[in-house]
Amino acid sequence: MLQEFHIKSYCHIKSQTVSVNGQTIFNDDSEDFSAFIKNAYKFLKTDYPKFFKMDNLSKLAFLAADVLLKNENLNEEENNIALIFSNKASSLDTDRKHQAAIENDAEYFPSPALFVYTLPNICLGEISIKHRLHSENSFFIFDRFNAEHLQLYANSLLRSGKAEKVLCGWVDLDENSYDAFLYLVENEGEIEHNTEEINRLYNIL
Amino acid sequence: MAKTFVSYNNILSSLGFDSETVVENISKGISGLEKYEDTSLLPEPFCASLISSEKIESEFNKIGDTSKFTKLEQMMILSLKKVITASNIPLNERVGLLISTTKGNIDVLEKDSNFPESRAYLSELGKTIQNFFGFNNEAIVLSNACVSGVLVISVAKRFISEGKYDHVFITSGDLVTQFILSGFNSFQALSAEPCKPYDKNRIGINLGEVAASVLVTSSKENLSKEAVEILGDATCNDANHISGPSRTGEGLFRSVKAALKEANITSAEIDYISAHGTATPFNDEMEAIAFNRLGMENVPLNSLKGFFGHTLGASGLLETIVGMHSMEKNTLFISKGFDELGVSKKINIVKTNTPKKLNIFLKTASGFGGCNSAVIFSKTTN
Repeated sequence: MLQEFHIKSYCHIKSQTVSVNGQTIFNDDSEDFSAFIKNAYKFLKTDYPKFFKMDNLSKLAFLAADVLLKNENLNEEENNIALIFSNKASSLDTDRKHQAAIENDAEYFPSPALFVYTLPNICLGEISIKHRLHSENSFFIFDRFNAEHLQLYANSLLRSGKAEKVLCGWVDLDENSYDAFLYLVENEGEIEHNTEEINRLYNIL
Repeated sequence: MAKTFVSYNNILSSLGFDSETVVENISKGISGLEKYEDTSLLPEPFCASLISSEKIESEFNKIGDTSKFTKLEQMMILSLKKVITASNIPLNERVGLLISTTKGNIDVLEKDSNFPESRAYLSELGKTIQNFFGFNNEAIVLSNACVSGVLVISVAKRFISEGKYDHVFITSGDLVTQFILSGFNSFQALSAEPCKPYDKNRIGINLGEVAASVLVTSSKENLSKEAVEILGDATCNDANHISGPSRTGEGLFRSVKAALKEANITSAEIDYISAHGTATPFNDEMEAIAFNRLGMENVPLNSLKGFFGHTLGASGLLETIVGMHSMEKNTLFISKGFDELGVSKKINIVKTNTPKKLNIFLKTASGFGGCNSAVIFSKTTN
């Protein structure tokens, strides 16, 4: 009989709201993503100055991961929590900014601090640094939220013993539109780890 | 757990449009790197491995309308088509499609592109390839920086082991664009001369463009002659820095350890390491430290970047394919560009093509975001 896993907790960041396990913990009327995420960072007492160097996709992913992982009493040395993230727009929001910086010969000014964020998996690195995760990490691109592939991949890492827990989900940022949904999968938890439940939670807000 | 194999394969690069030709050129020591002065790509001279659009289009004309597909799509389709044909596997619901790329069609963001910006979305690239061949399943795109081409093999294996697919076709590719050249140049990471991995006088990377494709399968029937079994694999993060490798090689050390554990072998059983070797001072030094910590300082090792440059999301798959052919020919290929050891720990760089009985090889890669991947392959027994 195959081992079954559970969803222990989940969070959403969308529509100017941060919620954990379906309960709103922060809401703000900023129309602009940068202002909203900064206000959320302050309200959540995140206290991580590197946050302000991140691009918008990393800020979104980092904060969504942080609200879940800070409740986990993580080890200060290291933790084996795999990260399986996905989205539609990859790092295009930042890619457009890098392209704009090289588009005209007269104003040719590529910046390494910006260029490094033209990869979607950089946010996984940011989360790994903060929470001491030397674990598996993968970034997938899908046309839309794809619960089935996330579920299969998480099961594979947990069953093979490559990860003790898996933080999965969707972090999409495209100009001013943003949508983050992350959930933590492990042995114990109230919610079954299957595609119906994952889709139900994704659509809860 | 069910076994998984990497079988039919194709490399489309400046050294040829099929794996056999490319490997033949490598065995002769021929590099695809050339020096360019093309200000439409970079304001200063650079060295890279490029494939002319005309050459790709003249091939693609035989199978499709070149005006409807970007350069990268044409490359990936041409490459994958050869693998699908050779495999002779019907594309039914048990067959998956994985795509590995870092930047995909990023050149469509340029103001004079003939294609709409929507083509820059990687899921559009996935759909284009899926629809060209008529795959039943939606393409899964992996974009995990420079480990993508190694990690994608793990991903294929994992979807097969979960029972989702019996066979997975992988295609990978990236282009040398204004976008990529300007970015690496802003890091002062580019070498205007052919790169020299692990060498005392190495100064940086060259970029390259390539498409590489393979079949990963659970079936031992009808494997290609250079097919290998995947014995173990792992990906580990440095948890250290987003744009520089760990000074202790922590993530690479851990990923190789974990792959050895799954393969249930010791480091002494590895006959050959196909390493990342970008020729930046920090990367090569980090790898030397990690391989020493693993007790693998005497295992023959090469970097293929001196032949192709760094081909980003395709590099890991490209180098795995060359490793498969190297093993089938029982020949270690030269680590081109290397003369004198320039890392602080001893490692055993292949200085000349060398006959050696090869049974097991290790492929590694490291990338931005602190990611490191390792996969161990063995010869198949049939």
